[in-house]
Amino acid sequence: MATRQLAPPERRAPGTQGVRRRHRARRREAAAGWLFTAPAIVALVVFLVVPIVMAAWVSVSDWSGIGSPISGGVRTVGMANYEALLTQSGLAQQDLGLSIRDNLYYVLFVVPLQTALALALAIVVSRKALRGRGFFRTAFYFPSVTSSVAVSMIFLFLFADTGVINGALGYLGVHGPSWFSDPNGLVHMIASDAGITPPSALTSHGLLGVSWWDWLAGPSVAMVTLIVLAIWTTSGTFMLLFLPALYSISEQVEEAAIVDGAGAWTRFRRITLPLIRPALFLVLTLGLIGTWQVFDQVFLITQGNPAGTTLTPAYLAYQVSFGDQQWGQGAAIAFILFAIIVIFTVLQRLVLREHDSPTQARGRRPWSGG
Amino acid sequence: MAGRRKQPWLRAGLYLTLLIFAFLYIYPFLLELGTSFKSETDSVNNPVNPIPRNWVVSAFTTLGQQDFPRWFMNSVVVAVFVTAGRILFDSMAGYALARLRFRGRSAVFAAIIAVMAVPGVVLLIPKFLVIRTLGIYDTYPGLIIPLLADATGVFIMKQFFESIPASIEEAAKIDGAGMFRVFWSVVLPMARPALMALTILSFQGSWNDFSDILIAHENPALDTLTTGVGRLVSGQLGAATQYPLKLAAAVAMTIPVAIVFFVFQKYILRTGQGALKE
Repeated sequence: MATRQLAPPERRAPGTQGVRRRHRARRREAAAGWLFTAPAIVALVVFLVVPIVMAAWVSVSDWSGIGSPISGGVRTVGMANYEALLTQSGLAQQDLGLSIRDNLYYVLFVVPLQTALALALAIVVSRKALRGRGFFRTAFYFPSVTSSVAVSMIFLFLFADTGVINGALGYLGVHGPSWFSDPNGLVHMIASDAGITPPSALTSHGLLGVSWWDWLAGPSVAMVTLIVLAIWTTSGTFMLLFLPALYSISEQVEEAAIVDGAGAWTRFRRITLPLIRPALFLVLTLGLIGTWQVFDQVFLITQGNPAGTTLTPAYLAYQVSFGDQQWGQGAAIAFILFAIIVIFTVLQRLVLREHDSPTQARGRRPWSGG
Repeated sequence: MAGRRKQPWLRAGLYLTLLIFAFLYIYPFLLELGTSFKSETDSVNNPVNPIPRNWVVSAFTTLGQQDFPRWFMNSVVVAVFVTAGRILFDSMAGYALARLRFRGRSAVFAAIIAVMAVPGVVLLIPKFLVIRTLGIYDTYPGLIIPLLADATGVFIMKQFFESIPASIEEAAKIDGAGMFRVFWSVVLPMARPALMALTILSFQGSWNDFSDILIAHENPALDTLTTGVGRLVSGQLGAATQYPLKLAAAVAMTIPVAIVFFVFQKYILRTGQGALKE
């Protein structure tokens, strides 16, 4: 930026004519600056900033979807939409509770697994001695290129009752479940196998209309399919984000460590991990933000079923507003989701900062990956 | 190197693990392709074997009789306009933010960063409200214009322009060429690598987009491949198995992005690296 300044602005040019010309050139440049950025700014304001303001208004209004939400007939209802979701017991509250629970399990499983898998794939694929690096890289990345609709079709087939997974399990003599219609939570299943009956302390109390026992259900069998889908699709994308960081680790450092007798695990812990911290931070942040927004797959594969065990706030917001025409409530859910994402991102920063190491002082920003 | 030679079994194990993983990533696509050429009963009876008993194209002919060709055209229209618009607007804004001095520049850039942080799905209902208020609901502009808002693309282009020296444009400017002339005939040609990456990202993004298209229309004539197939599956086809048909649709919508991917692979893989390097 600064490099292009040919002359310091204070320097007096010989004669007033030169000053005036420079002044005019500066003004022309400023005008061009605004002109060049105008289309992008207008698009961003109209389709990102204005919508947020409008939705904030709708979330405290009784707009029924007819006419414009900013017309005279629409009245404010204060915080009623938020109260119906957060403090009044009822169906709306229970659905929100279920959607947060389901999405929480989704995040809890997808983020660590996809990050670990992406890192493992990146480490192997980045090895210069590996034959067929290009082939493996393409194979792992290709699911990231295909649309969520196509991938959902494939997974509908893979996990169908008479599908590929159950067919393969059949060869092993295992009778596979009805993946998409099994609402049983994994933790509940383990508990019942161990002979644990739900304690009444947990079943009689709860949060957001969902009993504590049900909060602890774990992801349902149906949710497992969505978790597998997410890991399969995104690990290639995140592998790509790890690669440049891995390439930047100099071979001398690696070799010096080998000479010093450091084993593979020690080298990973002491050299690789600290050096790829910025990339790891980026992947975790993007993963966290992305997994709280899961919508397409829920819409296409499960529609929140069975028994509300694959609901997510994003899908619920859509269903409540576009399906039930309860726009105020739908917009309120969207804002609650926004708050959840912000809280989780901040929490993640705090947790990672605690174990801060000098390498992070290099100050890479989480948004640098776009 | 010496260490590696000592452990051939370790190396074999590594390759074996890697091949198993590659299989897990490739096999679903083989199944997708194979099953789309199967008959209905064959797909149910032999789901695991990707090779059809006898090859039939009935799934594809059924698709051709549906609204599929129209969806395909709509996808092309949306992807082409969105990609062209983003290339122009993102590079203009990125150039201005990287090179032109004007008051408020850093504020604009900070705003773009802030906008990038807003999760897209949260904006679905809000975007619908604006699209309706503007009166472009259920129109092609309603599908296309909202997708032109692309803070990430502006960011990528700004980063790129900052990475190339300004001396050439300075020379052109001294020659007296106008601001837009300099941009159009000097700056843009230099930006080809970044524009290539932006083209691929935009095409892929708009071709694969589901949720933004979904909320921008209800007229079936405006369905793109993603929403057309999506509605088919969650609606009338939902209960029926019809896997050959579903997977044929998946194959047909994947082919264009697959072609783009394989032709421009090295640019895509480079983007992932460039984006992180700052």
